[in-house]
Amino acid sequence: MKKMVVGIGVLLCLLLWFSSCGTRIDDTEQPAGTDLLEEEKELVEEGDNYIVVGISQVGSESDWRIACTESLKSTFTQENGYYLIFEDAQQKQENQLKAMRDFILQEVDYIILDPIVETGWDAVLKEAQDAGIPVILVDRQVEVSDESLYTAWVGSDFHSQGVKAGTWLQNYLEEQGRGSEKINIVTLQGTLNSTAQLGRTDGFASVMKNHDNWNMLERKDGDFTQTKGQEVMEEFLDSYSDIDVVVSENDNMTFGAIEAIEKAGKTCGPEGDIIVLSFDAGRAALEAMAEGKINADFECNPNLGPEVSRIIQKLERGCEVDKFQYIEETYFDPTMDLESLIEERTY
Amino acid sequence: MSKGFGSKMKNISDTNLLLAITIVVFFLMYIGAMLFLGEGFLKPQALFNILNANAALIILSCGMSIVMITGGIDISVGGVTALISMCCAVYLDKAGGSVAVSVLIALLIGLGFGLVQGFLVAYLEIQPFIVSLAGMFFARGMTTIVNTEPFNVANEAFVALKNTRIIVPGMGSVNRLGNYVDAYVEIGVIVALLIVVLLFCVLKWTKLGRNLYAVGGNSQSALMLGINVKRTKFIAHLLCGILAGVGGFVYFLHVGSGSPSHASGAEMNAIASSIIGGTMLTGGVGNIIGTFFGVLSLSTIQNIVSSAGLDQAWWTGITVAAMLCLFLVIQSVVMAARKKGNVK
Repeated sequence: MKKMVVGIGVLLCLLLWFSSCGTRIDDTEQPAGTDLLEEEKELVEEGDNYIVVGISQVGSESDWRIACTESLKSTFTQENGYYLIFEDAQQKQENQLKAMRDFILQEVDYIILDPIVETGWDAVLKEAQDAGIPVILVDRQVEVSDESLYTAWVGSDFHSQGVKAGTWLQNYLEEQGRGSEKINIVTLQGTLNSTAQLGRTDGFASVMKNHDNWNMLERKDGDFTQTKGQEVMEEFLDSYSDIDVVVSENDNMTFGAIEAIEKAGKTCGPEGDIIVLSFDAGRAALEAMAEGKINADFECNPNLGPEVSRIIQKLERGCEVDKFQYIEETYFDPTMDLESLIEERTY
Repeated sequence: MSKGFGSKMKNISDTNLLLAITIVVFFLMYIGAMLFLGEGFLKPQALFNILNANAALIILSCGMSIVMITGGIDISVGGVTALISMCCAVYLDKAGGSVAVSVLIALLIGLGFGLVQGFLVAYLEIQPFIVSLAGMFFARGMTTIVNTEPFNVANEAFVALKNTRIIVPGMGSVNRLGNYVDAYVEIGVIVALLIVVLLFCVLKWTKLGRNLYAVGGNSQSALMLGINVKRTKFIAHLLCGILAGVGGFVYFLHVGSGSPSHASGAEMNAIASSIIGGTMLTGGVGNIIGTFFGVLSLSTIQNIVSSAGLDQAWWTGITVAAMLCLFLVIQSVVMAARKKGNVK
């Protein structure tokens, strides 16, 4: 047994020695001359100059997230000059931290992080900065003591989505000749205090305050889920007999609301009694729109890959990049060619 | 180690043979990764990162191995870890408590689980699987009762402790900016290594250690030899509980947050590590050093999978499954071959 313990010890030492060897060679060669640099240049000339990108994704909890992952994966391909290392954190920050440390160790060129929570990133972002690896955040933001710890952020502008919804409603009502009529509105809010909920509620409210005839009957938390959305909509229908507009802060709640409206014997959509506005614009929602149940849907674009790639290309050329980069987003209503839009939809 | 392996084989006990297999496979795997994947694996910090991320799992697996050596199992350790993280997080963050007391809380929770489960298994003779299944559900449920939302701890003393790094001299490396970065391990790793050494000694050279193997090998004969089987089983579960307490705190120290989904599946990883490390589910065979290498093998294979650019979520599961199969087959083949040899 003693022999065994000694054997293990020797093997472990060998392993550590062997592994530190690799780095020690670099150590001595680097200051010695330009050998290494020339070697690198040769590699570049040979075309082995992929930009190595490490992505730490939150997980695959929603269709939106899956579409976002797809977008990133299809952007950072070898044809586009990238070598991608993708890590799915399965909804755990510890996995994301571990993935980031592995990326730093592997000396990737860029780290793309979709942070699951806002706090607890200071230490690892500092490590990345010390290693000279730019970190680009996507979708969610982080709360750090020093903003320079990350290079850029790419994501949705939820406030502008809300504003778009308000403006669309304003134009639509004018077209219908109801511009000065009293309009009763109810809102199904997303999970309270989530970024999407705050932005969309505020954005819509900023348009609403210009219209005295718009009357917000009630706002209530529908938790971004179909069942909760249906429940809340049923309550609304019970307490208010004359609802003109439903603003639902995501597609899932919209589906619940439509069900509740139909159950109550009312109709919705362009031909119906109630105007339905929705956010996210997933494929299923566009299909519901084609069936005439939703008036307008405001996109939350998961197609973040190309924008992130643009930022990386800029950084590669040594250009400055904007710290906060909002992704381009649009909206859909039945005046458009929904059939072809649905086919193009990635999620 | 390969020199004279064949002739010595018969003199090595089952436990040591399985241990040798584990260690050889681990080194082959790691050296293979260094040769073929290079980059990250060539730095000593890669190994230290594996240790940092798995210090808690090493401790949990040690507890698991002890219980498995007596022929039992404890699937509550993951739940206990989550409960400890949440309780300590709430205590430190919301009640502004001190770190020392939070360590005590962790140990007490672990001890509590060990006492109750040990009593139920040893003295009321309930199946350990069922007892710890209930323990797991209870721990997970309690975690959610304590707090439902995941959150990070901002307590200064704790964060300072969490970010404490023990520099390993001479193992650093130069990054591409030309800066020398020291290699480091976290406090949890030191705790884990101490526990591995301590338990190795306990199992190897103490009466308790021998009793554990005897009870697991054949509890009838152990009883006839005058070993207090019930007490031994009780102690095994108690030890596992306390280790879950220590492991839970080390885990908490590593992640620095409380969440109901923390350490999900940790019990299964601990079982897998123990099995890869040469501990047998049937009891009586096992080694703490093997368990240690079992954990390292398990996470090395995960690192290999992800650095090879494979989509981690399901590839990891599949490779771990393949590895478990491989080890089980190797184990049973080797054991069968030895039995045949003994008969001749």
